[in-house]
Amino acid sequence: MSAVLDHHDHAHDHDHHAPTGWRRWVYATNHKDIGTLYLLFAFAMLMIGGLLAMGIRAELYQPGLQLVNPELFNQLTTMHGLIMVFGAIMPAFVGFANWMIPLQIGASDMAFARMNNFSFWLMIPASLMIVGSFFMPGGAPAAGWTLYAPLTLQMGPSMDAGIFALHILGASSIMGSINIIVTILNMRAPGMTLMKMPMFCWTWLITAYLLIAVMPVLAGAITMTLTDRHFGTSFFNPAGGGDPVMYQHIFWFFGHPEVYIMILPAFGIVSQIIPAFSRKRLFGYASMVYATGSIAILSFVVWAHHMFTTGMPVTGQLFFMYSTMLIAVPTGVKVFNWIATMWKGSMTFETPMLFAVGFLFVFTMGGFTGLILSVAPIDIQLQDTYYVVAHFHYVLVAGSLYAMFAGYYYWCPKWTGVMYNETRGKIHFWWSLISFNVTFFPMHFLGLAGMPRRYADYPMQFADFNAIASIGGLAFGLAQVYFFFFVLLPTMRGIGPKASASPWDGAEGLEWEVPSPAPFHTFETPPKLNANATKIVA
Amino acid sequence: MTQARAILASAKLALLGQASASLAVLAALLTFSPSALAAVKDLPGGPAVNQLNLPEPITRIAAEQIWLHWFMMIICLVIFIAVFGVMFYSIWKHRKSVGHKAANFHESTTVEIAWTVIPFLIVIGMALPATKVLVASKDTTNADLTIKATGMQWKWGYEYIKGEGEGIGFVSTLDSTHRQMSNDGGPKKGQEIDNYLLKVDNPLVVPVNQKVRIITTANDVIHAFAVPAFGIKQDAIPGFVRDTWFRAEKTGDFYGQCQELCGKEHAYMPIHVKVVTAEQYSQWTDAKLKEVAAKADDPSKVWNLTDLVARGEKVYAANCAACHQATGKGAGPIKALDGSALVLDKDHLKQITVMLNGVNNGAMPAWKQLSDTDLAAVVTYTKNSWSNKTGQVVQPAEFVAARK
Repeated sequence: MSAVLDHHDHAHDHDHHAPTGWRRWVYATNHKDIGTLYLLFAFAMLMIGGLLAMGIRAELYQPGLQLVNPELFNQLTTMHGLIMVFGAIMPAFVGFANWMIPLQIGASDMAFARMNNFSFWLMIPASLMIVGSFFMPGGAPAAGWTLYAPLTLQMGPSMDAGIFALHILGASSIMGSINIIVTILNMRAPGMTLMKMPMFCWTWLITAYLLIAVMPVLAGAITMTLTDRHFGTSFFNPAGGGDPVMYQHIFWFFGHPEVYIMILPAFGIVSQIIPAFSRKRLFGYASMVYATGSIAILSFVVWAHHMFTTGMPVTGQLFFMYSTMLIAVPTGVKVFNWIATMWKGSMTFETPMLFAVGFLFVFTMGGFTGLILSVAPIDIQLQDTYYVVAHFHYVLVAGSLYAMFAGYYYWCPKWTGVMYNETRGKIHFWWSLISFNVTFFPMHFLGLAGMPRRYADYPMQFADFNAIASIGGLAFGLAQVYFFFFVLLPTMRGIGPKASASPWDGAEGLEWEVPSPAPFHTFETPPKLNANATKIVA
Repeated sequence: MTQARAILASAKLALLGQASASLAVLAALLTFSPSALAAVKDLPGGPAVNQLNLPEPITRIAAEQIWLHWFMMIICLVIFIAVFGVMFYSIWKHRKSVGHKAANFHESTTVEIAWTVIPFLIVIGMALPATKVLVASKDTTNADLTIKATGMQWKWGYEYIKGEGEGIGFVSTLDSTHRQMSNDGGPKKGQEIDNYLLKVDNPLVVPVNQKVRIITTANDVIHAFAVPAFGIKQDAIPGFVRDTWFRAEKTGDFYGQCQELCGKEHAYMPIHVKVVTAEQYSQWTDAKLKEVAAKADDPSKVWNLTDLVARGEKVYAANCAACHQATGKGAGPIKALDGSALVLDKDHLKQITVMLNGVNNGAMPAWKQLSDTDLAAVVTYTKNSWSNKTGQVVQPAEFVAARK
């Protein structure tokens, strides 16, 4: 493979000037520019999704309806979920992949530069459509982010907009994944063998395969919903002999691997940061790779644990209970390996490490509540209650989002050429960590006490914990506004101490071999690497 | 097993004691919180104020679930404390700032195998008791009483299908004052409503210590029938029947709520189960069956306008007002009935068809579960209320004919 890339020095001349103005972004084919676009887009969606969450928490601050009616409340919960999953978390990780994978494997760019541009710009009409659906007759889709039939059949025209938007986002994800797979498999620098590749590339390689496997499944489910709505089919419509439970099976066959799509890249980022700030190599690299692979494979055979209350036969429940519990084993292996990496290291706690350790600690709580939920008799009590809401916010916010913050702080010097403000980073971390737990920890109690999710109003006994959660939610939201204005914007404007090529003394990897900020083009000729494939040898 | 239970029970007490102590501090800090104003009390059989754990179990299955939950919690807590104890020890000792130099080790097959195999064995240990409880909870055979619970947007219909009380059927709806209170911003200062959003017009009545099988289905979208004190939750799926069961070991009132998103009034379709002694149950079924017989309307009876409108007003309040509003004006996408061409139309069949079949993909659901007399009454009511003054009377016989 490397032979193809070698000795092509004539190809560089005409591409060395960087396009300027709006053309630079609209016609972008450079992986770094596209990565930046993805990350900014995802942050904008995070803010919109966060605003919807503020609406939800404001309404739930007290029993009774004060601010929104139940229709709008259901729209808020639905759109919060859809925007955060498809608009914020997934694109953000693709942004990280675009920026870092070519830098980490010593490739000059992503394999398909124009498709890369297309997969980003597809997301703009899709997101406009999905956000704009609030202004359509009848309001935004309100059937929950899982879009269960036959409730979706009752929705107004915005449901069709939502389905169309998800189709486009799915196509964008599939193109992004193909790009990542081809880049990793074909464009590694000579000497960068698969088992020497940084963990972030490994987790994304596996994630990309998951995406290609399951996005078409989602497309199938929502297409069937569409034809049920408009063309008289009855896939899920019981009035014509359809099966609403079949929708759930198909949706969760997508939905559970989707959960790992949203967490595996986070594992990858954390696996880069913990060794860097422990000044010690990642413990059990090979077993980390195998554990990630095992999680990905197991993720295909656990989907019906989301459906224990649909009334499956006992053998079905047993199978899905066992397979789900089994996922705890490779996940546990990862946590143990991270801690073994820290063990007898020489640790410092700059903001990336704080977020990584925060991830480890709080994500693991979400992992344990997941194990508790996997036990079908307990799940019967907790299914569709706030316990589940607490569980998946512990893994998606304290998991995926914290890892992304960790990744931002870690790679920000490489992206912008300046160091972020360390004090402000620490404020952001502690503020987020505390307010996150104030928001979501009480939800475990609410769920155990039986408060159902997606409720616009609730019995008065649940009032105190809801009030606490709402206050925490507001504080968590403000923490991210603080992050934007006081950490992110200054670094984007280049305010801060200049960063050296390798500002972290414990960090290893090819991204730290190029100057900060990373030049527009890097690794135009394949670099010669040392035995560990972590350094360029001249 | 009993020994394990005793250990679990004492651990549970210690944990709960600690949790509620810290909670009291938190509650004191939050004196501005809503429930402090209204001084709400625990609802027996329903949620308790700031309840921290699963509710007091009324069935054996619910008790087993609580046992399992504590069992899992304690194992998870022990592992969590051990693992993160190691991590925080390492964070404390192996810092650069205390001069710790990084070691060089980075792999050990032995260790990797150990921390794969040990968690695997722990997981098997967890799966064994879980399997036992699960299998027991799925056995719906040999029921003494079978009741069909039908989820409807947004109320529950109950039909006693087999066993004592066979033939009884009624619809259970949230108390309309509670629904109104919710719209008005919730219970006000000084209002102590322990069963806020849980009070229904007709509770489900079942005998104590008998195996009750609940068959669930739905008319429109998926709902879920759940009563936490019984440890049951079963989705009610349109076009399909599913079942669950319970054997309540105590009498009293027990509450649940719909647990599957079913549209805008999802939060307003509670479940209230009244568990009574065998004698009380027999009395109730006798009275109820007599009532059913007396109330059965002759659909061929010819009604006058005033009686039919008076009856229609009640039917409207119970079934239609949630969407179309008491004023008949509708709201947002919900169509107004006041002044509606369809309602004013001389051709009764147009409105009758809507009532029996629904329109807009069930956004306006079909109401064929109501009796012909109720349907005729409510249609007559809409034709002669607000600004609608048609003087038209729709007789039950017209619905009888339209159903054919």
